[in-house]
Amino acid sequence: MSEFDQLYREVILDHYKNPRGHGVIEGADAEADGQNPLCGDEVSIYVSFGEDDTIEDVKFSGRGCAISQASTSMLMEMVKGRSAHEVATMSKDDLLEEVGIPLTPIRLKCALLGLWTLKVALHKGKGTPLPEEAAGLDDLSLN
Amino acid sequence: MAVTAKPKLDAQKLRADFPIFEQLVHGKPLAYLDSAVTSQKPRYVLDALLNFYETSYGNVHRGVYWLSERATAEFEAARDKVRGFVNAPSAKEVIFTRNATEALNLVAYAWGWDNLGPGDTVVVTELEHHANFVPFQFIAQRTGATFKAIPIDGAGELQLDALDGLAAEGNIKLVAVGLISNSLGTINPVEKIAAWAHEQGAVMVVDAAQAAPHKAIDLQTLGADFLAISAHKMCGPSGVGALWGKAELLEAMSPFNMGGQMIRQVRMEKTTWNELPYKFEAGTPPMAEAVAFGAAVDYLTAIGLDAIEEHEHELAAYALDRLGELDWITTYGPPADRRAGIVSFNVEGVHPHDVAQILDWEGIAIRAGHHCAQPLMAKLGVAATNRASFYLYTVRDEIDRLVAGLHKVRKVLT
Ligand SMILES: Cc1ncc(COP(=O)(O)O)c(C=O)c1O
Repeated sequence: MSEFDQLYREVILDHYKNPRGHGVIEGADAEADGQNPLCGDEVSIYVSFGEDDTIEDVKFSGRGCAISQASTSMLMEMVKGRSAHEVATMSKDDLLEEVGIPLTPIRLKCALLGLWTLKVALHKGKGTPLPEEAAGLDDLSLN
Repeated sequence: MAVTAKPKLDAQKLRADFPIFEQLVHGKPLAYLDSAVTSQKPRYVLDALLNFYETSYGNVHRGVYWLSERATAEFEAARDKVRGFVNAPSAKEVIFTRNATEALNLVAYAWGWDNLGPGDTVVVTELEHHANFVPFQFIAQRTGATFKAIPIDGAGELQLDALDGLAAEGNIKLVAVGLISNSLGTINPVEKIAAWAHEQGAVMVVDAAQAAPHKAIDLQTLGADFLAISAHKMCGPSGVGALWGKAELLEAMSPFNMGGQMIRQVRMEKTTWNELPYKFEAGTPPMAEAVAFGAAVDYLTAIGLDAIEEHEHELAAYALDRLGELDWITTYGPPADRRAGIVSFNVEGVHPHDVAQILDWEGIAIRAGHHCAQPLMAKLGVAATNRASFYLYTVRDEIDRLVAGLHKVRKVLT
């Protein structure tokens, strides 16, 4: 497979064309917005929590390229039903492994915008720790 | 008297001047359709850069020895070339900066700080590049002045009938307008706006970063009080740009950066400033870059700015025609006769990043993003667009390849 075919491989196109967890949760327990200053893309993440700190439901809305839409869609599938604290410490590599394509530094930003924004939402809802990469998202300032 | 038609520019031939085109990208010849962000460099300019380092390198305006004098002479000769390029009256009005952005910041700080305050209004346009928007927005906020923008219509052209309304609202002190929009290619009626600005008693700042590569600039008729350009967009090196300002304004302004070279005398109690243009050139300037900037001016002048403008114009018209045949493409901006060689568009249902990525695999480089013009993107109701931009080395075949590439984008992603 050429690098090109890999980048737009079937599973990416499938998530892009039929995104999972796409939409809005009305009255969500937590929500956060993220922007990619490079391209002006925006994503909003909505979370509602179940007992303890499980992520009972999670959805995303916004606009973005195939890579960002597909990886956020995959992220929704990966985190639903898991504990907020566990997801808050989830490494970006777990998501990137799932996405499974080689990404340039610029496209990496597209692929990870959803993850960092989700972590901001979890922080707002459950006080979980924030990664450095969340700085600037959702008008949040980290010191 | 016989009128001789000017020879047309032969882009295919000029390509041979640009070493970058000698390599393949992803196994294909490079179709570089992103000259609006930065242009490629001809061998002539690269040679000037290297030659300066190899034969004339010393610090300018510092040493009494031969090498420093030689470097200074070349540096000042380049300043005079830039002066001639914009038809400015005097080389002392030409200040070397890092780029157009720094030139515009210089005006915002060094002029704005002392001349703006509550009750004053600063006017930009909705088309502006962030470089000609944010510095003035910032300085307006810091000084308590009001910040306004001339709106655009659906075709991306400035709505000049809004000017009277702006004038009625407050004391307009500064107006900043781009000569050519980097996002849409719109050629703005800067002379008219300048006349209006001067009626208001305002100073007129012209961002010519996007215009200087593509059309002749004549400061004697433009009506500008300040003008900013960047070498890298006009076949010159990165790292150098220029601000031109009217001598009387520059004389009255405080300096922007402080340090060596910009001073006359430094005492514990008080420092006085050097004469123009050195007052605004603190520290060691981009010397080799400035010299190569001068070479870029020579290169463009030899080809002829009118020929370049006409060539780009034809390419823009051709691209708009070809893209216009596709009902899944939306193009933005004015008709071909009122735009430079820049075409912004979107592919229905496909994000610009994906368009640019797929085209990259065809060896085609276009820009995808907000083009540093988020207020404009908001007005167009999009987050981003694709932008193909042309220059003197662009050939029609590259536009055909772009169109073929867009068909492939559709196939993969919809
Ligand atoms: C219209 C316009 N103004 C200003 C700039 C800023 O130029 P530079 O980045 O060289 O400072 C650009 C460059 O993109 C531009 O297109």
